Amino acid sequence: MAARDSIGKAIEQAHARGEPALVAYITAGFPKREAFRDLLGAVASAVDLIEVGVPFTDPMADGATIQRSNRAALEQGVTLKWILSELKAFSSQAPSSPRAPVLLMSYLNPLLACGLDRLPDDAARAGVAGFIVPDLPYEECAEMRSALDARGLALVQFVTPVTPTDRVRMLSQNSTGFLYAVTMTGTTGKNVAVPPEVLEYFARVRKLSPVPVCAGFGIRSREQVERLAPYVDGVIVGSALVEVLERGEDPVAFLRSLRVQSAQPVLS
Amino acid sequence: MSQMLSQADAQKLLADVMNDAYPDERGRFGPFGGRYVPETLVPAIERLQSGVERYLHDADFLAAFHAELNSWVGRPTPLTYAPTLSKQWGAEIWLKREDLAHTGAHKINNAVGQVLLAKRLGAKRVIAETGAGQHGVAAAAACARLGMPCTVYMGSIDMERQAPNVGRMRLLGATVVPVTSGDQTLRAAVDEALRDWVSDPNGTYYCLGSAVGPHPYPYLVRELQSVIGREAREQILAATGRLPNWVVACVGGGSNAIGLFHPFVKDRDVAMLGVEAGGTGSGLGENAASLAYGRPGVLQGSYSLLLQDDDGQVRETHSISAGLDYPAVGPEHALLMSIGRVKYETVNDDEALAALAECCAAEGILPALESSHALAGAKRLARAHPGATVLVGLSGRGDKDMPTLQRTLLKDAP
Repeated sequence: MAARDSIGKAIEQAHARGEPALVAYITAGFPKREAFRDLLGAVASAVDLIEVGVPFTDPMADGATIQRSNRAALEQGVTLKWILSELKAFSSQAPSSPRAPVLLMSYLNPLLACGLDRLPDDAARAGVAGFIVPDLPYEECAEMRSALDARGLALVQFVTPVTPTDRVRMLSQNSTGFLYAVTMTGTTGKNVAVPPEVLEYFARVRKLSPVPVCAGFGIRSREQVERLAPYVDGVIVGSALVEVLERGEDPVAFLRSLRVQSAQPVLS
Repeated sequence: MSQMLSQADAQKLLADVMNDAYPDERGRFGPFGGRYVPETLVPAIERLQSGVERYLHDADFLAAFHAELNSWVGRPTPLTYAPTLSKQWGAEIWLKREDLAHTGAHKINNAVGQVLLAKRLGAKRVIAETGAGQHGVAAAAACARLGMPCTVYMGSIDMERQAPNVGRMRLLGATVVPVTSGDQTLRAAVDEALRDWVSDPNGTYYCLGSAVGPHPYPYLVRELQSVIGREAREQILAATGRLPNWVVACVGGGSNAIGLFHPFVKDRDVAMLGVEAGGTGSGLGENAASLAYGRPGVLQGSYSLLLQDDDGQVRETHSISAGLDYPAVGPEHALLMSIGRVKYETVNDDEALAALAECCAAEGILPALESSHALAGAKRLARAHPGATVLVGLSGRGDKDMPTLQRTLLKDAP
């Protein structure tokens, strides 16, 4: 089984439980570098997929919250190398500990600095299932895609509410793992009302896409998740979770509160 | 970089440059450039791209652009012979006087062109970033002139360093938004302008101030700034009957340099020198010389040379000149360096200050600190090539630098 197949499987399992997959974003090493693996384990107990953010000095697609967490992680000396070694240690922990497939979310430059010759091997060895690279549009991704493909790793593509239908089709056919459908034009972290035209957009995207569709940007409440649930395969929560961590609150309680079926115990 | 290309590759790229092959259809200048933007920006970039294709060489657009350049910007700017510097330095020094362009620097050429384009694309508002404030002032002035609302993003540190320009922008009707994220200087201002553009890609036009960023900006800015080199080429031919031996310009992002160099690229006998900010030294964080000390990478939409650490994190830069204080450089400069068509050197803070003082005393011209880097480079050339004809891009005037000059050159003045 290719590493990326674990992503689709995790989404299917959520579907079998009757709810969209819950995908959590955390910035690696935020809020505390030394607590990264503990946080990873806690989050893994409450969600289906984890996006681990590689901090970058210029996160241009992100709003104020994730800019802050990136900066705080960099100030603690978090690097891609360190993240991969932590993930490797995490994935070799006791098999009884909670698991959720991990994707790395990184701007392109830290990945280029590691080198596309080394990156796929190092990531695969660390148990990474795929990559999300927000500043790598499809037209520039050929080299990265073939490098990751060779190791069975996913490269997730994005679509937005203003992406033309033909392009949605093309991007979804070329996305592996899942398709990241942005709820709005803009950066991460704003609150989204989820108006009817956004639901129509998700319905249209899901019809076109051969891979599962996960909605992200601005998701912070169970009401939003419930409204989106019939139209998407997964929901991604990022800034809201980072804010919970900033406030020192319990991330697991927050993530469980987002579950559509939150009355039921969550399988891990 | 040049050592990364084989000689055969470099020769092929040079031949392509001579045939105007760049940017290619993917927005590449050889290996550099491209369009590394989030999917959320792709529709906006594509709209800009089709606008550039439709209007940039359209007769009506060019007539409107040149009418504004002539009657409002004050073009053509003069080419001034510098007799005293020539004598002192031992070469024939000519100055292309962008300091005499409206608002005091070359930035206005690009701003007025892009705001005209924004109107044709039906944009409702214009946004811009600024470092030293020169591009912000130029964008604010062009928007006032052409009736467009204007918002300028400026790092909060720069707002403090360049307070008079903040006031100028506000008088010209622009909203100045302080950027407190990132390094709180030009780079953070570009990030913030991109975030604004992502939020309203249909109604907003992003007027980028240098020959950097995703395709088509490096091309668009080059085409709008090439008026500098076209005029200078004609003027020096008219004045001396021949082309110069050297053309010199300062390079931050590289818009005035590419504007001056581009019309001379095919003149094989004309050598060119780009001068980067050497700051206080060669270490990471001590300068803003991406071509001299940078490594390839992607920042703000383009693959070029960046001042970055081993982990691909982009570092803060230092230069006495705020306008050169940027950790990357336009992709076309990276290409011109890698094929050896343009030579790039660094000039440090002290050399730039000394050249500024010499130009003031010798020619009665106060150049911008940015332009003073080009003058210091020209002085070095004059010493190495006595009697050569050296055309220097004087990209702006130095009035804005008075606070820095008070703290440095004038600190012991009575």
